[in-house]
Amino acid sequence: MKISKIKELLDAQVICCEENTNEDVFSACGSDMMSDVLAYVKDQAVLLTGLVNSQVVRTAEMMDMRCIVFVRSKMPTAEMIELAREAGIVIMATKKRMYEACGKLYSNGLVGNKVRDV
Amino acid sequence: MSELLKFHFDVDGTDFTSAGQASVQVKKNLRQLGIPPEIIRRVSIAMYEGEINMVIHAGGGEADVIVTETAIEIRLHDHGPGIKNIDQAMQEGFSTATDTIRTLGFGAGMGLPNMKRYSDDIEIHSELGVGTDIIMRVNLT
Ligand SMILES: Nc1ncnc2c1ncn2[C@@H]1O[C@H](COP(=O)(O)OP(=O)(O)O)[C@@H](O)[C@H]1O
Ligand SMILES: [Mg+2]
Repeated sequence: MKISKIKELLDAQVICCEENTNEDVFSACGSDMMSDVLAYVKDQAVLLTGLVNSQVVRTAEMMDMRCIVFVRSKMPTAEMIELAREAGIVIMATKKRMYEACGKLYSNGLVGNKVRDV
Repeated sequence: MSELLKFHFDVDGTDFTSAGQASVQVKKNLRQLGIPPEIIRRVSIAMYEGEINMVIHAGGGEADVIVTETAIEIRLHDHGPGIKNIDQAMQEGFSTATDTIRTLGFGAGMGLPNMKRYSDDIEIHSELGVGTDIIMRVNLT
């Protein structure tokens, strides 16, 4: 799925790195706990979250994720936008709640992934 | 195992917002060295969890990343309270983190298990009231 398609499905507003919305992504995860996100196997390209702090962007960067979606109209801080821009990560914000946002993406073919074995 | 390169970082224990900066820098440095992306990802995630732990549990510390021909080694050193029971701390879901930490997205008790997951080898030495030393290795070959 193209990142631009995520924007469309979630009726979201792109906050930074609009130029990268042409990229293809294949799986996503949704969580407010960053260590849970870090436990996933690779190639989780999209993070949906209601948590707003710099660690969200660093977590995505550590995982080589390409896009962060803030749900429930949460807005990133200027510092977070700066960090995302440096890493080339697309940030968007949607009014939808976590459950609905994940459901929309999942039912349109963006799947989840397993947790990596210890 | 001759040392090719070493990066040193002081991890500030007073500022949660800046936690993880060292790991971001390591990621950049390893990219410049042409290390394979999957190895870089494992090193940076393991180090990031360790760095966060030093900030939320130990009041900060120091991190060294050593690159040799065969492995990348991450050495974490702090003078925090130490870990009472390492086996218990290694269990998924075990955490002594406060609710405040949890509202910041950490404290799910997945940090040490993640460090183990992403490294080929982990050694933990900890003494109550003295501090904690963690050595993680990710093999290059
Ligand atoms: N550097 C450290 N110094 C002291 N205690 C630590 C340190 N790292 C981990 N711990 C202890 O081990 C527990 C489990 O760590 P971890 O798996 O990272 O989970 P979390 O950080 O989410 O609590 C922590 O809650 C804490 O009690
Ligand atoms: Mg932790």
